[in-house]
Amino acid sequence: MTKLLEWLLCILVVMCTWGLLTFDPLDLKLPLVYKEVAWPMPVYLLVVFGCYSLATVGYRVATFNDCNEAAQELQAQIKEAKQDLQKKGLKF
Amino acid sequence: MQYNMANRKTSKSRENSDKYSVLLPTYNERENLPLIVWLLVKYFGESGYDYEIIVIDDGSPDGTLEVAEQLQNIYGADKIVLRPREKKLGLGTAYVHGIKHATGNFVIIMDADLSHHPKFIPEFIQKQREGGFDLVSGTRYSGKGGVYGWDLHRKLISRGANFLTQVLLRPGASDLTGSFRLYKKEVLEQLVKKCVSKGYVFQMEMIVRARQLGYSIGEVPITFVDRVYGESKLGGNEIVSFLKGLLTLFATT
Repeated sequence: MTKLLEWLLCILVVMCTWGLLTFDPLDLKLPLVYKEVAWPMPVYLLVVFGCYSLATVGYRVATFNDCNEAAQELQAQIKEAKQDLQKKGLKF
Repeated sequence: MQYNMANRKTSKSRENSDKYSVLLPTYNERENLPLIVWLLVKYFGESGYDYEIIVIDDGSPDGTLEVAEQLQNIYGADKIVLRPREKKLGLGTAYVHGIKHATGNFVIIMDADLSHHPKFIPEFIQKQREGGFDLVSGTRYSGKGGVYGWDLHRKLISRGANFLTQVLLRPGASDLTGSFRLYKKEVLEQLVKKCVSKGYVFQMEMIVRARQLGYSIGEVPITFVDRVYGESKLGGNEIVSFLKGLLTLFATT
């Protein structure tokens, strides 16, 4: 199954559950609290996901390692390499 | 470097027969090629692993091939293997071309512009041996991995794109667009056959297909040093093609 199909299936299951709880088409006469909690859930979950995404990406950007020593080491090694290669006869 | 006779007598003698073929597709890398080769020779030499460097030049007008020939004279034609092509033909075909001529049982792919540092190769090899992984991927996003030379804007796009990829594809690897990897040769052969995309998305597709085929993936944090000699830009076009590629992978895998 492709990821797209997985998502569609998942969304279908969630929406059916939500529809069942909110609109009670089968006339199950569940306690009112189920309906009250289920009704705003889709929007609520989207908002939660949105906040989670922003927080996660923000955190990851803030903690993205800046490799200054790696850059310096590379520059030093480039100098060393050029000298060594010239000695070995490389014409740049 | 001489192999110690004691090594051959141990039950790990199979390790001595591992050979690592480094594929270096190049286009206009006249300045960088000698430096990356020098670094590869240095770190492979120090670690003692058997290796070869396969330079796949796509008809560079700046004389990259000529510099490669000089390097061959310095280091030997068994270590520096030249397999040039007539013109710029793309990365996937460069890998296929390189694999055909690789005498190693492992293949390392990396960029030739010094953004990937050969000092991580012994770490890749160690990781592969530890876990028997089919492929080891260098990651900029986890552990001690990181990047030099990126501004906030670039970092944001990178992390944002990676987050989206993780949510949609759940790939089991932290860095999908990276191209510094070690593969078992037969694994790389299989994956390149199955992959259809180009550019960034090609690297992503390799990992996704690897998961599909049940291959095991190890990770090693790497440092990526950007813009040593040139400019690498991330424009609107690239973002659009990345998104198109991501959605295609989402819908087809």
